[in-house]
Amino acid sequence: MASLRDIKMRINATKKTSQITKAMEMVSVAKLNQAEINAKSFVPYMEKMQEVVANIALGAGNATHPMLVARPVKKTGYLVITSDRGLAGAYNSNVLRTVYQTIQQRHQSPDEYAIIAIGRIGLSFFKKRNFPVVLNITGLPDQPSFADIKEIANKAVGLFIDGTFDELYMYYNHYINTIQQEVTERKLLPLTDLADNKQRTTYEFEPSQEEILDVLLPQYAESLIYGALLDAKASEHAARMTAMKNATDNAHELIRTLTLSYNRARQAAITQEITEIVAGANALQ
Amino acid sequence: MKTIKVSVVTPDGPVYEADVEMVSTKAKSGELGILSGHIPLVAPLEISAVRLKQGGKTEYIAVSGGFLEVRPDKVTILAQAAERAEDIDVDRAKAAKERAERRLQSKEDDIDFRRAELALKRAINRLNVANMK
Repeated sequence: MASLRDIKMRINATKKTSQITKAMEMVSVAKLNQAEINAKSFVPYMEKMQEVVANIALGAGNATHPMLVARPVKKTGYLVITSDRGLAGAYNSNVLRTVYQTIQQRHQSPDEYAIIAIGRIGLSFFKKRNFPVVLNITGLPDQPSFADIKEIANKAVGLFIDGTFDELYMYYNHYINTIQQEVTERKLLPLTDLADNKQRTTYEFEPSQEEILDVLLPQYAESLIYGALLDAKASEHAARMTAMKNATDNAHELIRTLTLSYNRARQAAITQEITEIVAGANALQ
Repeated sequence: MKTIKVSVVTPDGPVYEADVEMVSTKAKSGELGILSGHIPLVAPLEISAVRLKQGGKTEYIAVSGGFLEVRPDKVTILAQAAERAEDIDVDRAKAAKERAERRLQSKEDDIDFRRAELALKRAINRLNVANMK
């Protein structure tokens, strides 16, 4: 059995760990609240955007736009959203496993796909396995604003327009609730699944429908990327919160068993001492 | 005078919401003034100021990367970034302007050149709007 001192030290170490994990849990709770607020304030923009885009793209007139048309696929883009830091349970590994398996199934050679990595964990995962990473961004703040993501979103959409990819998928953790996040695959480009809400308005276009689509569709795709990022951030904080809560609970459990064996060891030592004294006293008689 | 509801929405949340008499903006095809009862219209906007007139007063909002959707009773401006004149960070805009000017002078490849040009436009627009309040 370990000595009293050893057990005492382990108890102290575990206590300190549990303090840290508890603090991290609380930080994540605060960040999750903010992330939920951010996601909520994005909703009006997205809804309006969807409404207008659907109205124009599906509405009267026969305007077609390269971003709306599916073309033969020679190369597929995968935009993968992960976090910059670990300690978030299975958050990152879930997404990365899904992407990895999908790519293995769908493609024979690395020429058929390219990866856009958001987040350091994803970036190093793909680099280590020699996957072609064409764009990456790391070090995004916990509460990203649209300006933070604009450049990479812009470039990602640009790569589709100039024909580098023929389709683009997004992979991220969709936030369901604090204990549930789901890996989601979403086809971003071409924009073939526009929501049709039936409430059509016929607009005048200034200057013309085509030119408006030229401006509008890239913006729409960029906002979809931003929306996914906000969703992923909320999931990240939730996943980290749950992971840290579990860690704290485990630490407490460990402290309990350690305290028990500490008390036992102490009692054993006392018993032994008494036996020795009694034996000593008996020997003197 | 009849008023029309205006809302300016960005990905980071709504920026402005009120009833005004007239909205005037600069669209890609030229200046646009919108009063209540306008026919439905969609137009992309220049990086410019949106002017909202109400009761003899005018409010200014700096808008970049946006477009305008008009319905008879409501005007919605969707922009990638929008700030009201009083919310503009003048120091940051000045710094951005200098940075963009330096980049324009250093003459790198085309894409960077275009981006710097846009950044300069945005910075100048913000400074203009901040001065108008």
